[in-house]
Amino acid sequence: MKILPFSLAAIITVALIMVLDMPLPVKDSHTPRLGYFLSPQKGFWQNADPVDQELNETHAIKGLQGNANVYFDDRMVPHVYAENEHDAIFLQGYLHAKFRLWQMDFQSYAAGGRLSEIMGDSSNGTNFLKIDRFFRRLGMVSGAENSLASLESNPETKAYADAYTEGVNYYISNLKDKDIPFEYKLLNYKPEKWTNLKSVLFMKYMAFDLAGFEQDFEMTNAKSVFSKTEMAALYPYGQDSLDPIIPKGTKFAPAAFSMKPPAGADSVYFNYHSNLPQTDSLIKPDKSNGSNNWAVSGNKTKSGKPILCNDPHLGLNLPSLWFEMQISTPQMNAYGASFPGAPSIVIGFNDSCAWGFTNAMRDVRDYFEIKFKDSSKQEYWYDSAWQKTTFRNEVIHIKGKPDHIEKIPETIWGPVMYDQDYPDMLHTGKAYACHWQAQDGSNEIKTFRALDFSKNYDDYIEAMKGYECPGQNMIFACKRGDIALKQNGKFPAKWRGQGDFLMPGENDTYAWRGFIQDSANIVDHNPSRGFVSSANQLPYDTSYPYYLGGVYPVYRGYLINRYLGRMQQITVQDMEKLQTNNYNIFQEMARPILLKYIDQSALSEKEMKYLDIYIQWNLQNDAIEKGPTIEKLWWDSLMTTVYSDEFSRSSLPLPWPEKSTLLDGLLKDSTHYLFLDNTLTSSQETLQNDITSAFKKMIPVLEKADSENNLVWGKFKKSGIRHLLRIPVLSRLDLFSSGGETEINALKEFHGPSWRMIVELTDSTQAYGIYPGGQSGNPGSPYYDNFVNNWVQGKYYPLLFMKETAMKNRPGLKGTMIFKKA
Amino acid sequence: MKFITSILLTALLGYAAPLYLPWWSFAITTFIVFIFLRQSPGKSFLAGFLGLFLLWGCNALWIDIANNHILSQKVAVILPLGGSSVLLIFLTACIGGLISGFSGLAAAYTRKK
Repeated sequence: MKILPFSLAAIITVALIMVLDMPLPVKDSHTPRLGYFLSPQKGFWQNADPVDQELNETHAIKGLQGNANVYFDDRMVPHVYAENEHDAIFLQGYLHAKFRLWQMDFQSYAAGGRLSEIMGDSSNGTNFLKIDRFFRRLGMVSGAENSLASLESNPETKAYADAYTEGVNYYISNLKDKDIPFEYKLLNYKPEKWTNLKSVLFMKYMAFDLAGFEQDFEMTNAKSVFSKTEMAALYPYGQDSLDPIIPKGTKFAPAAFSMKPPAGADSVYFNYHSNLPQTDSLIKPDKSNGSNNWAVSGNKTKSGKPILCNDPHLGLNLPSLWFEMQISTPQMNAYGASFPGAPSIVIGFNDSCAWGFTNAMRDVRDYFEIKFKDSSKQEYWYDSAWQKTTFRNEVIHIKGKPDHIEKIPETIWGPVMYDQDYPDMLHTGKAYACHWQAQDGSNEIKTFRALDFSKNYDDYIEAMKGYECPGQNMIFACKRGDIALKQNGKFPAKWRGQGDFLMPGENDTYAWRGFIQDSANIVDHNPSRGFVSSANQLPYDTSYPYYLGGVYPVYRGYLINRYLGRMQQITVQDMEKLQTNNYNIFQEMARPILLKYIDQSALSEKEMKYLDIYIQWNLQNDAIEKGPTIEKLWWDSLMTTVYSDEFSRSSLPLPWPEKSTLLDGLLKDSTHYLFLDNTLTSSQETLQNDITSAFKKMIPVLEKADSENNLVWGKFKKSGIRHLLRIPVLSRLDLFSSGGETEINALKEFHGPSWRMIVELTDSTQAYGIYPGGQSGNPGSPYYDNFVNNWVQGKYYPLLFMKETAMKNRPGLKGTMIFKKA
Repeated sequence: MKFITSILLTALLGYAAPLYLPWWSFAITTFIVFIFLRQSPGKSFLAGFLGLFLLWGCNALWIDIANNHILSQKVAVILPLGGSSVLLIFLTACIGGLISGFSGLAAAYTRKK
């Protein structure tokens, strides 16, 4: 034996294996275990599904109570026919896991503040530990535990969630190592067992996304630099162009609580001075998380039956937030969009009715200042005495590093979100407890389940009972002819301005006065105008006796109501056109002012060329138009011109005013608008100066876009759908798309209509839908993103809502799964 | 003949072992193949290399064609190989080949003299 060459060759072999079996550091990140990852038998190649693959499986399962069949239609939508509810939901869990395991698992990690476990404390410039600490301190985990208790205290929802979890875990425990989803292999970790808690954590994530928006710190900073008059002008309550969900003029019962601000609030709370240093960024849900929904009664439709439409606007990701399916048992038959990670059909229809949601946008997250006795934080001042702090220790595991313990002080108000250990964005050095509706337990799944079973209006009303957070505009229509809409949820009773700013917390003076009684959450049921609609605008006009807080877009709702008011003999095709409508109502109102006051004599030839494009524009935010690019840049530029001098008073974060605030101000006060003069110059600027210089300032951006051939809106907007890990090649970027922020087709950069659905409640239900993604969560599947192109073009798929006998014999099925009890 | 046989055996066992064992277990089967099918170090390396190179290369190619290159084109951007499926298949084959080749080489040096 030749010891030396043998040893050398053996060492090289072993070294190669070792190096290729470990993640290697690259810049700020790590490679997968390359040998494993590239192994055709074990690694990513196994995730490259044959494009013509059919899903035929047969299972005998101990946990099932009966037999069930699943048929996959030509779009890979599963149609589940089970003999009982348990098995149906078991199979929903199984199918969610089969198609979306990594996504649902990852989302539950994110919600529970566990990303550091997978990603390390930071990677590719993202500080995951900071994100995890944020969610822990916000009370996401304790909130989810409260919700779990609520879910499991109800025998029906407990059985429901248990069946779902069983189904997911049946899939996971039979999952071969080579078949684990692509992203696990890429990031080098393994799926963990599913639990009901993980389902509930996902629901809390939705609550954060939909009911987590506030800007209390920024607003508090604002009141330190703006006068009372300026505050009222920059952050008005209610908008002039508002067309509320519950029509204007509706009479409201007086408040059940005193809605008078506390005595002394003028000096303590509505105070307009204080000194605060330095800026920082913060994790925030997108404030435009919104949606459209509307339903028209039979006397406005061609068929004589109601039509219901819904398109929730959310951050657009791959794999998609939604998974489409039909679930059928002898008691229930529902079709629609479901959340991978939770049981039930969430937005959809059944044999009798249809339902959907838009976001209520109410402000249910406030901060109270805590005065600790000393830096040990063992005691805090409340009700004229030192109270004991309790502590919640949350352990954050970090990949490749020791655990981080987040010691969160808990007070009567809730967890202390910010203190010296986790400073706030204004660096006040003070401690603030966060009081947030979603920290309480709530059982959203109960409502979703009940809607799946609902047969009539009374069932809809019953289904909404007990629903707490995130508040939603819940819309309903049924074959009997009812249409209805209600802003539903558990909402705090607030006095005007309460919770806009950080509040004193040394006693209950500034506490929420209670909760708005459900009878004040008004149901719009079969109104005489023949339709109900919501698009995240304020639900009520300002005569509503409670303060609502929050930020509300105004234009989509205004336009939808205008169209619906005029439309008659409505068909599904009309609704498709309305849902994908790109008319820019904002510019209908803004363009006359801009054109009236721009000083054309001050424009050069090339500037006039762009102005002409804008003048000729048909007000459609279509992908091929150049007008929308000019209007967006011009209005942004005008906002900057008008407000930047006032906003330079603070280097700390301030809430930037809404587009509608400036427009309403100019419509009302035109040349006398408060902020027109640039206070930093000695000259006196006028509306004409501001509009003209705003136009000139954007010209370099327009010219650059023009020279790169990106001036048309569809290219300039750069809409895209991003993979959850933000890996560009797994995303669909640079989609040539229409729509925009103020349009009914609210497709912005990475945010837009996440599920478009239209249901006509004729005797045999006619339903259409599409979402930006595909049924498979696997980037190696042809079904990963196969809906995207049609979605961009505003097309719809007919949704197959059939009895098993018809489905079974349908040509073009992509597979059949047979489940038997063992 | 021995050379061809050893390539085929390397590939065959290199496929069978990872069905039950870790991805790198072919290194052990290759070693065993070249203990029994004694050849010069050069030939052992080459045959060991080719056995796995062909196995992984063909396997990946087969999968890739059935998949219409959907995933390989994405992975070839992440790794980064300029989005080339062919390069990715070649890299895959080389990695299997190299480990197997050195294992065969080590086996070749175990003989006396």
